[in-house]
Amino acid sequence: MSKSIRIRKGLDIRLVGEAEKVLVQTDPAKVIAIKPTDFHGLVPKVLVKPGDRVKAGSPLFADKYNERVLYTSPVSGEVADVVRGEKRKVLEVRVLADAQIQYEDFGAGDASTMNRETVIQKLLSSGVWPVIRQRPFDVVANPAQEPKAIFISCFDSNPLGADLDFVVRNQGDDFQAGINALAKLTKGKVNLAVNPKTAAREFLDAKGVVRHTVSGPHPAGNVGVQIHHIDPINKGEVVWTCSVQDVLMIGRLFRTGHFDASRTVALTGSDAKNPKYYRTIIGAPLKDIAGAVGEKTRIISGNVLTGDRVGAEGNLGFYHGQVTLIPEGDEPKFFITEGWASPGFDKFSASRSFPTWVMPGKRYSMDSSQNGEERAFVMSGQYEQVFPFDIYPVHLLKAILMNDIEQMEKLGLYEVAPEDFALCEFVCTSKINSQSIVRQGLDALIKETT
Amino acid sequence: MKALRNLVDSVKPTFSKGGKLEKLHWVFDGLETFLFTPGHATTSGAHIRDGIDLKRTMSLVITAMIPCLLFGMWNVGHQHYLAIGEFTALGDGFWEKFLFGAIKVLPIVVVSYGVGLGIEFLFCSIKGHPIQEGFLVSGMLIPLVMPVGTPLWMVAIGTAFAVVIGKEVFGGTGMNILNVALTARAFLFFAYPTMLSGDKVWVSTDGQAVVDGFSGATSMGHAASGNMAGVVPMMDSFWGFEAGSIGETSVVACLIGAAILLITGVGSWRIMLSVFLGGLAMAGIFNWVGPMVGNAYMQIPMLHQLMLGSFFFGLVFMATDPVTATQTNTGKWIYGFLIGLLAILIRVVNPAYPEGMMLAILFMNVMAPLIDHYVVQANINRRLKRATLQTA
Repeated sequence: MSKSIRIRKGLDIRLVGEAEKVLVQTDPAKVIAIKPTDFHGLVPKVLVKPGDRVKAGSPLFADKYNERVLYTSPVSGEVADVVRGEKRKVLEVRVLADAQIQYEDFGAGDASTMNRETVIQKLLSSGVWPVIRQRPFDVVANPAQEPKAIFISCFDSNPLGADLDFVVRNQGDDFQAGINALAKLTKGKVNLAVNPKTAAREFLDAKGVVRHTVSGPHPAGNVGVQIHHIDPINKGEVVWTCSVQDVLMIGRLFRTGHFDASRTVALTGSDAKNPKYYRTIIGAPLKDIAGAVGEKTRIISGNVLTGDRVGAEGNLGFYHGQVTLIPEGDEPKFFITEGWASPGFDKFSASRSFPTWVMPGKRYSMDSSQNGEERAFVMSGQYEQVFPFDIYPVHLLKAILMNDIEQMEKLGLYEVAPEDFALCEFVCTSKINSQSIVRQGLDALIKETT
Repeated sequence: MKALRNLVDSVKPTFSKGGKLEKLHWVFDGLETFLFTPGHATTSGAHIRDGIDLKRTMSLVITAMIPCLLFGMWNVGHQHYLAIGEFTALGDGFWEKFLFGAIKVLPIVVVSYGVGLGIEFLFCSIKGHPIQEGFLVSGMLIPLVMPVGTPLWMVAIGTAFAVVIGKEVFGGTGMNILNVALTARAFLFFAYPTMLSGDKVWVSTDGQAVVDGFSGATSMGHAASGNMAGVVPMMDSFWGFEAGSIGETSVVACLIGAAILLITGVGSWRIMLSVFLGGLAMAGIFNWVGPMVGNAYMQIPMLHQLMLGSFFFGLVFMATDPVTATQTNTGKWIYGFLIGLLAILIRVVNPAYPEGMMLAILFMNVMAPLIDHYVVQANINRRLKRATLQTA
C-alpha cells in the first residue's frame, strides 16, 4: 500500500554552487581507479596483477569472505597498479583505459523471464552486484540472504544534491529493466520513494513497484528515513537498497549484457567553476570534471555531509553521483571579527544564535572549518530536531561509546546508517563525530552477529 | 589582529611539548582558542559544520544573565538606602544605588570566577584535557544566587566545593549530575545556615543605623513566619523591588533573559513552560485548599506566589541547564512540571526552608536520569512490540 509521508524534522542546508541542468559529455577517462575502501568492511582478494589485460566487466578483486561477490573493471585496458597502504592494505586498483571500451558479454535478456538465481548470478559475475546495499549495517548485500523488501529513493535531499529527475531523463527503459531485475530478488515489495514535486515519467510510470511520496526537508531523501516510515526494520530482518543511478546500471546490464559503469555526476559547491552535470564513469579521475583547483579547495567525492575527501589526483567513488568543491577552513579566526563572538552575518546555523536565521532564503558559502572544538555532550534536544526517526540519537550514541551491544540493538541501531546521523553531526554544538561512532557501533554489531 | 596572532604564535612553543611551560599547555590552549577559533578543519564525517560552538552558546547564556546582574546591582543599593532611610523613592539616587551595589556585587563575581576558573585550569592541566566552557556560566550564576551579605571567603569555599565535588570528580563539563551553581549555594546553605538564611544577609546595611521598622527579611521569610503583611505587593515583586539574593528578585530581568535564551534557541522552552505550569498548578491547589485549612500563605494568588522568591530565576537559568536536566523531550515536560510543583510545595509547607526552588531543582537533577530511563524504555518497548506484531 503506498503511503504519503511528510517529514517534519530535518534541515535543508542552503549552499552556493548548485549544478546547472546542462549535461556535459567528458572525454573518456585515461586511468580509472577502483577503491576497495568504498565498500565498508570489505577484505579484498586481488585477482589481477599489473600488466594484465582486462575488459569492462573483468574481475579486479573479490570479497575474501564471500568470493561470489566480484568487483570488476569499468573499462577495458591494462592493469597499471595495485596501490597498497599500511599493512599492505589495498587502497586502489588502477587500470589504464583503452580509447574504445571493450565489454565482457554477460548476455542480454529480460529479467522478468528469468528466475531469481539467474538474476543474482548475472549481477554477481558482471560486478554490478555491489550496487545493492543492505540494512542493517549499510554494507554490500549478501546474495545468500533474501530481503523483506527493496527500497529506492528517487530524490536526493542532500545539500546541493543532484536532481535525479534530470539524471534519469530519457532512460526510462533502463530504469524499468533495472526494477524488473530487482523485483526478482525479493518476495516483498520494491518501494519507490518519490518527491511530490517530481515530474519524471521514468519514476511515475515505473511498473511493478509501490510508490510512496515523501516530502519535507533533508533527510527526507535518505533511504533510511524512508524505510523507517514505510516499513521499519526489526531485529532479524534485512532490507536492500539501491540508488537510482545504480538501478539504471542494472537495467543496462540486462538490456545490453554489458557492465556499463557510466555515471552522471553533478559538479557542485562554491569553488566549482563550471557547476554542471557531467557524464563520466565510475572511478574516473575527478580532475576530468572539476578542472584545475587551487590548493585551498577541498575536493569531495559525494556531498558535503557524507562524501569522501580526495586529493587533486583522486577518483570518483563507486557510489557517488556528485562532486563538491568547497574552500578549506583551516585558518584561525579572531573571536570578535569572525570567531565565536562575531555577529556572524554570513554564518549558517540550525540554532538561532546567529542573526542569519531571519533570512530564510539566504544561500551560504561554507568552508570546511569545524567552527569550534570537540566537547562533551552538553546541549540536549539538538539532534532530535534534525533526526526524523523514532529513536533517541544521543542515547544510542552513548550506548555505542560504552560498547553495550544489547542496548544498541534495543535502541534501534539496526535501522540506521552513518549517513542518517550526518545532520546530527552537522548541528552538534560539541562537534561530536557521530557518523564514525555509528559506524563503530555497526561494526561491533556485525562482529557480534556473524 | 595580525600582530596579536603573531604574538600568540611566537609564545606558542614555550607552552608546547618540550617547551619551558609545557605544564601550562592547556591553560595556554584555553586562552588561545578563546582569542582565535582554532583552525581545525573537519577531518572525518560531515565536511561542513554548523556555526555554533560551546563558546558562543555559553556567551549567549551569560548575555541573558546581564539584565539580572545589572538590576541586582541597583537593587542591592536600593535596598541599602531603603534600610538607612535615604533615597527612599524609587527614582532617587539611581547612580548612588547602582554604584553601591556594584561595589558590593563585583567582588563576589571576581571571587567566583577567580576561584572557579583557577580550579578548572588546575584540573585540566593535571588531567591533560582542554579547558571547557561550562564554568563561564556557573561563575556568573553563583554570585547571582548569593545574598549580598555573603562573605567573600564563603563564596570562595562554596565555589571550590561546587567545582571540585559537583563537577570535576564526575569528569568535568557535561558530566556533572547536579547544577554547579546550586551545588555551591546548597553547600553554603547547609554548612553556614545562619549566614545564608534568616534576615541579616539580604540587605547590606554596611553597619549604618537602620530606620525604625526595618527587618531585612525577604518576603519568603516574612511569609514563613506568618507575617503576611511583610510580603511585598505583586508588582514590586514583578519588577524586583524587594530583598533577596543578588540576581533573583526581578521577574522582568529574568523574562528578558528568558527571551534571549528562547529566541536563540539555547534554553529549552519545554522546561521553562513546564516549570511555570507546575508552579501554577501547585499554587492553584493551595489557593483551593488554603481557605479550608486557614493558611494565609497558601492563599497568596497564584501569579503573585510565583513571582516571589527565586522561582523565575530558577525557571529561566537553573532548571534549563542542559547537562543536569532530562535529555529527552518527553522527560523535559515531566522534569519541569515536578520542579515547579515541588518548589512551591517546599516553600509553603516546609517551615525549615523559606524558599523551595533550589532544593526542588537539585532533587529533580538527581531524578532526571531516572525519568529519561523510563522515557527511553518506553521507546524500546515500542520497538519490541512492533517486531512481535510483524512476526505474529
